[in-house]
Amino acid sequence: MADLRSEFIGIKSPNPFWLASAPPTDKEYNVRRAFEAGWGGVVWKTLGSEGPPVVNVNGPRYGAIYGADRRLLGLNNIELITDRPLEVNLREIKSVKRDYPDRALIVSLMVPCDEDSWKAILARVEETEADGVELNFGCPHGMAERGMGSAVGQVPEYIEMVTRWVKQHSRMPCIVKLTPNISDIRGPARAAKAGGADAVSLINTINSITSVDLDDFAPEPTIDGKGTHGGYCGPAVKPIALNMVAEIARDRDTAGLPISGIGGVTTWRDAAEFMTLGAGNVQVCTAAMTYGFKVVQEMISGLSEYMDRKGFTNTSELVGRAVPNVTDWQYLNLNYVTKAEIVQEDCIKCGRCFAACEDTSHQAIAMSEDRVFTVKDEECVACNLCVEVCPVECIEMKQMAKGSVDPRTGETVGDYANWTTHPNNPSATAAE
Amino acid sequence: MSHSQLTEGIVPGRLDPERYCTNFADVAPPLGAQEARIAADRCYFCHDAPCMEACPTSIDVPLFIRQISTGTPEAAARTIFEQNILGGMCARVCPTETLCEGACVRMDSEGEPVEIGALQRFATDTLMAKQDHPFTRAPRTGKSVAVVGAGPAGLAAAHRLAMLGHEVTLYDAHDKPGGLNEYGIASYKAPGGFAQAEVAWLVQIGGITAVENWQLDRKGDGDLADLLADHDAVFLGMGLSGVNALHLEGEDKDGIRPATDFIAELRQASDLASLPIGRDVVVIGGGMTAVDAAVQSKLLGALNVSLVYRRSRGEMPASLHEQEHALTHGVTIIENAAPIAIHGNGAVREVEFAYTRKGPDGLEMTDATFRLPADQVFKAIGQTLGDTPAKVEVAGGKIKVDGVGRTSVERVWAGGDCTHAGEDLTVTAVAQGRDAAQDIHHVLMEG
Repeated sequence: MADLRSEFIGIKSPNPFWLASAPPTDKEYNVRRAFEAGWGGVVWKTLGSEGPPVVNVNGPRYGAIYGADRRLLGLNNIELITDRPLEVNLREIKSVKRDYPDRALIVSLMVPCDEDSWKAILARVEETEADGVELNFGCPHGMAERGMGSAVGQVPEYIEMVTRWVKQHSRMPCIVKLTPNISDIRGPARAAKAGGADAVSLINTINSITSVDLDDFAPEPTIDGKGTHGGYCGPAVKPIALNMVAEIARDRDTAGLPISGIGGVTTWRDAAEFMTLGAGNVQVCTAAMTYGFKVVQEMISGLSEYMDRKGFTNTSELVGRAVPNVTDWQYLNLNYVTKAEIVQEDCIKCGRCFAACEDTSHQAIAMSEDRVFTVKDEECVACNLCVEVCPVECIEMKQMAKGSVDPRTGETVGDYANWTTHPNNPSATAAE
Repeated sequence: MSHSQLTEGIVPGRLDPERYCTNFADVAPPLGAQEARIAADRCYFCHDAPCMEACPTSIDVPLFIRQISTGTPEAAARTIFEQNILGGMCARVCPTETLCEGACVRMDSEGEPVEIGALQRFATDTLMAKQDHPFTRAPRTGKSVAVVGAGPAGLAAAHRLAMLGHEVTLYDAHDKPGGLNEYGIASYKAPGGFAQAEVAWLVQIGGITAVENWQLDRKGDGDLADLLADHDAVFLGMGLSGVNALHLEGEDKDGIRPATDFIAELRQASDLASLPIGRDVVVIGGGMTAVDAAVQSKLLGALNVSLVYRRSRGEMPASLHEQEHALTHGVTIIENAAPIAIHGNGAVREVEFAYTRKGPDGLEMTDATFRLPADQVFKAIGQTLGDTPAKVEVAGGKIKVDGVGRTSVERVWAGGDCTHAGEDLTVTAVAQGRDAAQDIHHVLMEG
């Protein structure tokens, strides 16, 4: 078994799997169960300022979308930050950290955008001996209407300002949690770095309406006939999160800034993918909310087995390994020519590849009377749609050898060449 | 009654009264909503789907399953009924393992097809439970069609003709409509009076007048000329009313009867405990009728039931699934054996068989023989066309029709088991009735 011990901005944990700040980490009871189940760390559910806590709705807080067999693919929530008194949370944090010194315990914070509020809460958190703080600049619902959460995360200047206050008034490591509800994630990340953040974590949830009740004509979750946008998470958001993590990892200004990857991590494989794109560790919520805390055991065994197979002895060897391969479209090799190939002995003749290609792509699959499906190389643009819709993975993309002629274009497959030098590119022509 | 399974002879009440209920309960209980959703999720929505191709009525299986998976089973039912108005019965009695489910691409990948039959039942039951008839009649054409036989072919033809705006008179020789659906299939395949409920639902289309206890060519009823005089067209769908004989001495001994009679009597029995059954039952034949008779004998409390077929199991007309059904109910299947003598004094006591082998000129008897004790024997070696109007051309013992069901007589169509076309399956009969109706409509409206 590979060693999964992880160190993230100086915070040690037995594995890189942390529970994200969310409903599962709102109470001592839950967090103790999580640590017993094997989670490496926990980001405690976001604390607000001292005083009367926020209140939550008393109707449904969650909405969901499903795949086959009612497998939950996406979850949204309209729950706010912790609705329990600050003192209770702080006491419980201290108690848990004392009993689980080897686990990471981070405290998520969201207080009004003034220096005194932040200074006051930071002092209280330091007393708990928690390992660090995470600044919740992400939640898109409820708190944003009060000038907190994503209302801060959408303004890079605010991010930088608050981060600077936090670093100024605390010695604790500081993670800035970013909202994806922006047009370019690099701005907020640069601001966090400029403010002195030790790391960023992303993504927080995405503004969303999961569904509409077609009898009541109200968005879900519905509270007394009305609904509001909530924060979307779960497996469905992973591709969005992976891209944002990669953008920060490969940006000149933020490259090297530690990242805690969040967004739809459900299996060890998801976690490994985040890490290869630059995440030092991952945070998980929806998978735990769907299946319970035990899912971490599969993540631990799966990542460990993968690392053994790859010969990695430390998770740091995985971190960022795919970042150099994330590039801009213009640098993709236009002389990389592939053709779909259907492995006949594995084909079950469902014809989905044919329907997809014939109706929506390039009419590059032939169907015989007896349902044998074959690729027409002279039509195939290698779009990969047939591969994606095949239920039994019997279609492969085969690369054409250099020097061979692409029967579709009649052109010889040559050396690496991209758009920047392509004759159809006006900029390329102008540069000559 | 103090009979048990050990009592000799043909006696009623071999089992505890409550056993009859459980023995003849629905053989394939319907899917619940949750089961249906999970089953529907397995469908790949194949292009030009093999299951649809395999269905004699060409039901759009991927579409109706997708409609179930999106929470609209009533729309799914409509998709089914558009092609097959007896989709409810077909969901229960079709040998799906050799039709749609046998063609399911999941057989290739997992050996487990999508449960198409069960899903079809889920959809059709859902709509029919609402007593909601999904079709309306076209404007009246003023044309009238006689349909002879209210079995699957006749019902399908009558419904389609009525839907197209014609007036239909539906003649049937029995007390109740339904044909084989009512009289010819095992009780546990369509319990709860489903066949009658289905007919009642089907005739909601309107324009169908039922005439019961009317038999073609029977004195006082009428003949083909009468029908042609009263109607613009005639559809013959009277099935097969004769039974093949064993042609053995002693065939008339007590205790020997056609399996179809036994199945019909059982279907109509109000109290199964009062239905007599032998202790040692021998069924001769290898089709679905043989299996239905054998299994139901066992379920009525027969101690030993043997199903004897003259060829190998692989050649049995009953599907593998049907054979397994018989075996799991304790029926002994003896293959490659044919009856050569019936023994007994007044009533049958034993049936003597010879093993068979394949010879150059077909099946041959060998010298190896054996006897099976039998107090009851059911013959299930095929059915024959009963009396047929002389003018209608018959080929190979069945009414000759072309691809759309036209017979040799003008204005007369035929479909279902009484014709030579297709397999003798409910679903095939439905397809033929429907297609003949479309052709009748075409001819009547052209003319």
